[in-house]
Amino acid sequence: MITKRIIPCLDVSKGRVVKGVSFINLRDAGDPVELAAYYDREGADEIIFLDITASHERRKTVVELASKTAEKVFIPYTIGGGINRTDDIREILKKGADKISINTSAVENPNLIEEGARFFGSQCIVVAIDAKRISNSNWEVYIHGGRTPTGLDAVQWAKQVEDLGAGEILLTSMDKDGTKDGYDIELTHAIASSINIPVIASGGAGKLEHLRDVIKLAGADAVLVASIFHYGEFTVRQAKEYLRKEGINIRM
Amino acid sequence: MNEKYIAIIDYNAGNIKSVANAFQKIGALIKVSNSQKIIRNACAIVMPGVGAFGDSMKNLEIFKLTDLIRREIKRKPFLGICLGLQLLFEYSTEKEQNEGLGILKGYVDKIPDGVKIPHIGWNQINILKKDSRIFKNIENNENFYFVHSFSAICEDSSIISSTTDYGTLLTASIERDNIFALQFHPEKSSQKGMIILENFMNYVQEEG
Repeated sequence: MITKRIIPCLDVSKGRVVKGVSFINLRDAGDPVELAAYYDREGADEIIFLDITASHERRKTVVELASKTAEKVFIPYTIGGGINRTDDIREILKKGADKISINTSAVENPNLIEEGARFFGSQCIVVAIDAKRISNSNWEVYIHGGRTPTGLDAVQWAKQVEDLGAGEILLTSMDKDGTKDGYDIELTHAIASSINIPVIASGGAGKLEHLRDVIKLAGADAVLVASIFHYGEFTVRQAKEYLRKEGINIRM
Repeated sequence: MNEKYIAIIDYNAGNIKSVANAFQKIGALIKVSNSQKIIRNACAIVMPGVGAFGDSMKNLEIFKLTDLIRREIKRKPFLGICLGLQLLFEYSTEKEQNEGLGILKGYVDKIPDGVKIPHIGWNQINILKKDSRIFKNIENNENFYFVHSFSAICEDSSIISSTTDYGTLLTASIERDNIFALQFHPEKSSQKGMIILENFMNYVQEEG
């Protein structure tokens, strides 16, 4: 049986990890590649890098990151940030990345999903959705790093990106992100039960129980974890041991 | 031949870079190439690949490698990975029917319905050939990383060295004499994947 995945997420700007990682004894804890290699050794199932470099140089920085990571990291990794052409996708995959993640550019140009899937296969096209609750059972899609509402319904958009050929959805709850009081179970469940591609839940992890709940109650296929790993509150291994004890199929 | 190296066939399929990096990480001497001469003079051949079956066969033909692979596979260690496993069979049902290298009897077919496709993620393998040298120091039911929508159907089931359970049992690896092939990706399977590549490298050294 396929396992549920634990995915550390690294925010990167100009080739450096944003929010320093202080606890790990690495030569350079600000180096995204060193950190990703550390998480590989720790048992992470995948890594996601989100490049948030705020300049036109971003395309160059994501390609460099893809290339350097390929030399030291031997688990699958995804790169997102500033990707808006199929040529960008081709270049990043050729350097050794397994998947790319698109968010704003997917909303602005849904063709990019279709073309990416056709040229490179669905398995390497992750669509990131930032969603904010607008009523009890409705969520709106935001773009531009959560600054711009789109009017799109998150569940409808998720179905549409699946139809266009996305292989996976990285779903972030804007309401929960940064709160540490748990993933948005309702949002994750609403999306995971509407589509037939894997959902990576993101936003709100503060305790290991939160990981368990979003997998067991909401049907997430993978969990994105950032600060509780980066700040050393839990290790990947502790998270995995806990989830396995809770009866979830996990790779140790 | 002055230096002994492993040739990694570069036929414009995806994921070549990761396989090359992984072999370099374990200290193997490799050459990534589509040159007939380099592949002929290698002491072993690795055929990686992610991509479409038909396009990849076409690329092998453009580089004039199909007959060369059929010949060389008879005399040196061979490791196929993912598409590099599938291409060994007679044909694939991907898109319209496509002919493969026909080195192994059987074909490649879409993973049966009822599960999410592609099969993507970490899954356990059930090792059938317990004494396989490629699985030395690998425990049964260890997890490896899979990404595929098609799967090999072997005419001779005795060449299946492991299976994985994804709704149905899928061929996870093949072994026949000097031919090894993996449906999963050792180059993306962290330390356990490296052990498999090391096992292959050790086999190459013993044979050489």
